[in-house]
Amino acid sequence: MIKFCTRIFSLITLGISVLFFVISSAFAGSPTKVGFVYLTTPGDHGWTYAHELGKQMVEKRFGKDVKVSVVENVPEGPDATRVIRELAKQGNEIIFTTSFGYMEPTLKVAKEFPNIKFEHITGYKRSKNVATGNIRFYEGRYIQGVVAGLMTKTNKIGYIGAYPIAEVIMGINAFAQGLKSVNKDASISVIWANTWYDPVKEADAAKVHIAEGADVLAQHTDSPAMLQIAEKNGAMGFGQSTDMSAFAPKAQLFASINNWGPYYIKKIEELRNGKWNTGDGPNHWPGNVWGGIKSDMLVISKFQNMPANVAQKAQEALDGIKSGKINIFAGPLIDNTGKEIIPAGKALDDGALWGMNYYLQGVNGKVPG
Amino acid sequence: MITFIPRDKVSKNWIIIAPILSIVFTIFFGLLIFTFLGYNPLETLYQIFVSPFSRIDRISDILVKACPLIIIGTGLMLCFKSNVWNIGAEGQFIMGALLAGFIALSFPNIETKFFLLITILAGFVGGALWAFIPAILKTKLNVNEILVSLMLVYVAMLFIDFIVRGPLRDPMSFGFPLSKPYPEGALINKIPFPGIGFLGQLHYGILFVFLLVPFSWIFVNKTLSGFKINVLGSAPQAAKFAGFKQNSITITVLLLSGGLAGVAGVIEVSANIGQLQPEVSFGYGFTAIIVAFLGRLSPIGILFAGIIIATVKLGADNAQMTMGIPKVVTGLFEGILLFFLLTGETLQKYKIKWSEGKK
Repeated sequence: MIKFCTRIFSLITLGISVLFFVISSAFAGSPTKVGFVYLTTPGDHGWTYAHELGKQMVEKRFGKDVKVSVVENVPEGPDATRVIRELAKQGNEIIFTTSFGYMEPTLKVAKEFPNIKFEHITGYKRSKNVATGNIRFYEGRYIQGVVAGLMTKTNKIGYIGAYPIAEVIMGINAFAQGLKSVNKDASISVIWANTWYDPVKEADAAKVHIAEGADVLAQHTDSPAMLQIAEKNGAMGFGQSTDMSAFAPKAQLFASINNWGPYYIKKIEELRNGKWNTGDGPNHWPGNVWGGIKSDMLVISKFQNMPANVAQKAQEALDGIKSGKINIFAGPLIDNTGKEIIPAGKALDDGALWGMNYYLQGVNGKVPG
Repeated sequence: MITFIPRDKVSKNWIIIAPILSIVFTIFFGLLIFTFLGYNPLETLYQIFVSPFSRIDRISDILVKACPLIIIGTGLMLCFKSNVWNIGAEGQFIMGALLAGFIALSFPNIETKFFLLITILAGFVGGALWAFIPAILKTKLNVNEILVSLMLVYVAMLFIDFIVRGPLRDPMSFGFPLSKPYPEGALINKIPFPGIGFLGQLHYGILFVFLLVPFSWIFVNKTLSGFKINVLGSAPQAAKFAGFKQNSITITVLLLSGGLAGVAGVIEVSANIGQLQPEVSFGYGFTAIIVAFLGRLSPIGILFAGIIIATVKLGADNAQMTMGIPKVVTGLFEGILLFFLLTGETLQKYKIKWSEGKK
C-alpha cells in the first residue's frame, strides 16, 4: 500500500514537473507584456491621446514581441490601486501609469510586486522598481515666447494656466524668457483655469484675454477651446500636447507635442535586455528620465501662419535648445518684484526649477497661494 | 402622453419574473452590441459578470468598491423612503472626509487606532452638517431640497480643492495639491489573512457594512422611527393624522443620510488613499442613488445592489484589460443593464396608459 502511494506520488511529481517545464518553455518565447493606465479615454487630442500615440509607436516598433494592455478612464484614487494591481497580477512586466495622481497607487502596488517594473509619469517619488518619466515641456514654451514676442502687435500675451504648481510656473517663466529675448515691451497675463481640461472654462479664459487686448494666447491646459476662440477672434495661439491645427488652421502658430513613444520604447528595450533601472537622478524632482527637445520627447510641429523671418527666429531658438547653446534659465534672472534669483554666469539647476514659486520679469501679477 | 397608474395588486410571480426578464433583455442587447462591434460576445459577458468572481482577491475588490456605495445607499434609503430627495450625498461624503481629515492631520503623531473612532465620528458630523443645510432650508423656508443638496455638492468639491491647494497642502509636495499623509492612528488597515496575506485592498472598513446592514434593517422594520419614515413616504396624509411631525422626520433622515455618507468618506480615504487630495469621491454619492433604488429601498437589497454595481464596474475594467474593449462600450452596457432592471421594477408596480396629451 505504502509502495503504491509512493508510486502515485512520484508520478504526480513527475507530471507536475513536466507541466512546469512545458509552461516555462512556452513562456520563454512569449512577448513582453506591457500595461498602460490612462486617466481618460484617449479621444483625438490632448494629454492621454499623446500617450495613446506613444503606445501605438511601441506596438509598431516591437510588433509581436510585446503584448499591450490598456485601461482607460481610471480615476486617481483607490480605483487606480486596484487597476494597477490587476495589471500586475495579469503578468504585465512593465506598467506605465500616465498621470500624476497615480503616484501613491503606483508606489503602493510596486511594493507588493518587487519583480515588476513601474514607470510613473510626472511624479516625484521613486523606489527600487518605480522609475519616473517626464518631459521638459518648458523648452517648447521658450520657443512659444520667441514667436509670441515677434507676432504680437498689442504687446499683450494671454496665458491660461492649469494649476499654480512648479511645472506650470516654470512653463510661464520659460515663455517669459523667450519673450524677453525678442521683445522687451511685451508682458504676460495669466488666468488660472484650475483645471487640466474643461473646454468651457478654457474658452472663457481665452475670451477674457482677448477682451483685454491680448492677441497671442498660450495655454497649459489640454483642450483646443482656446485655439478655437482665437481662430474666431483673429488672435493666434499655440497647441498643447498634440498638434491642434485641425481645430484652428489659421490660429495655431505651432504646437508643442508630447512624444512619449521613444521613452516607452527605450524603457521596454531596457527591460527586455535586463538593463532596466531607475537611473540615478536626485530623488527630489520629477523625472529621472526628464527629456526634452534634444531627446525627441518634445517635438515642435511645423511653424505656420507666421512670416518667414519669425519662423526663422523660431527655428534658431529650436536649434539653440537642441544644441544646448541656449540655456533658458541662465542668469541673470530677476523675478517680477525685482529680486535677483540667480546672478549672471550661473544657471538654475533642475532642482531649482521644481521649486519655482515666483514669476520672472515679463509676467504680470503674482503666483497665487 | 404616458401616464403611470399604480397596480392594485403586485403579482407575486412578477416579482420573480421581472428581474429575470430584465437580465435576459440586457444580455440579449449586450450580445447584439458586442457582436456588432466585433468583440466576442460571450467572452465579454464572462469578463463583465463572471471574471470579477474568478479569484478570491477579485471578490475582495468587489467588496472594497461596494463598501462606500452600500453605506451611502443605506442612508439615502431613509431619505427616499420618506420622500425626501437628498441628491447631495457626494458633497456630504466629501465634507465628512474633509472634517475627519482635518482632525487626523491636526494630530500628526497619533498612533492608537482608537483615534479612528474620533475621525469616523467627525466624518459623521461633517456629512450631517452638510445635509443639515438643505434640511433646515426645506423645513423652515420650504426650499426644494433636491436643488440645495445637489448644488452643495459643487460647493463641497471646490471647498476640498481649495483646502488641499491652500491650508492643508503638504509643503513637501512641490506645489502639487496633496495633504500630508495621515498619521498611523487615522489609517484603516488592510485585513491580513493567515497564510494568504492581504487580499487586494480589503480593509477593516468592510466590517462597518456588515454592522450597518442588520442595524438599518432593524431600524426600518422594527422601530417606531422606522415606521414613521415608511408611513410618511407611502401615505403622507395618514402620517399627518397620526400626528407624526413631518419636519422632524425630514431633518432626521437628512442628518442620518448625510452622516452615513460622511462616514463612507472617512472609510474610503482612511483605508484607500491615506491623505487628502482634490478628488476623494469619484461619484460614489451619485452612484449610490442608483444603488438605493436598485435595492428597492431595502437594506438587504442595497447590499446586493452595491455588489452588482461594483461587479459590473470591475468587470468593465477586466474586459478592457484582457480584450481591449473601451470603457465607453462597457459603460453603454452598464446603462442598458440599469435601464432594464429599473424598468422591470417600475412595470411591476405600475401600469402604463397611453393617452392623447393636451397641449
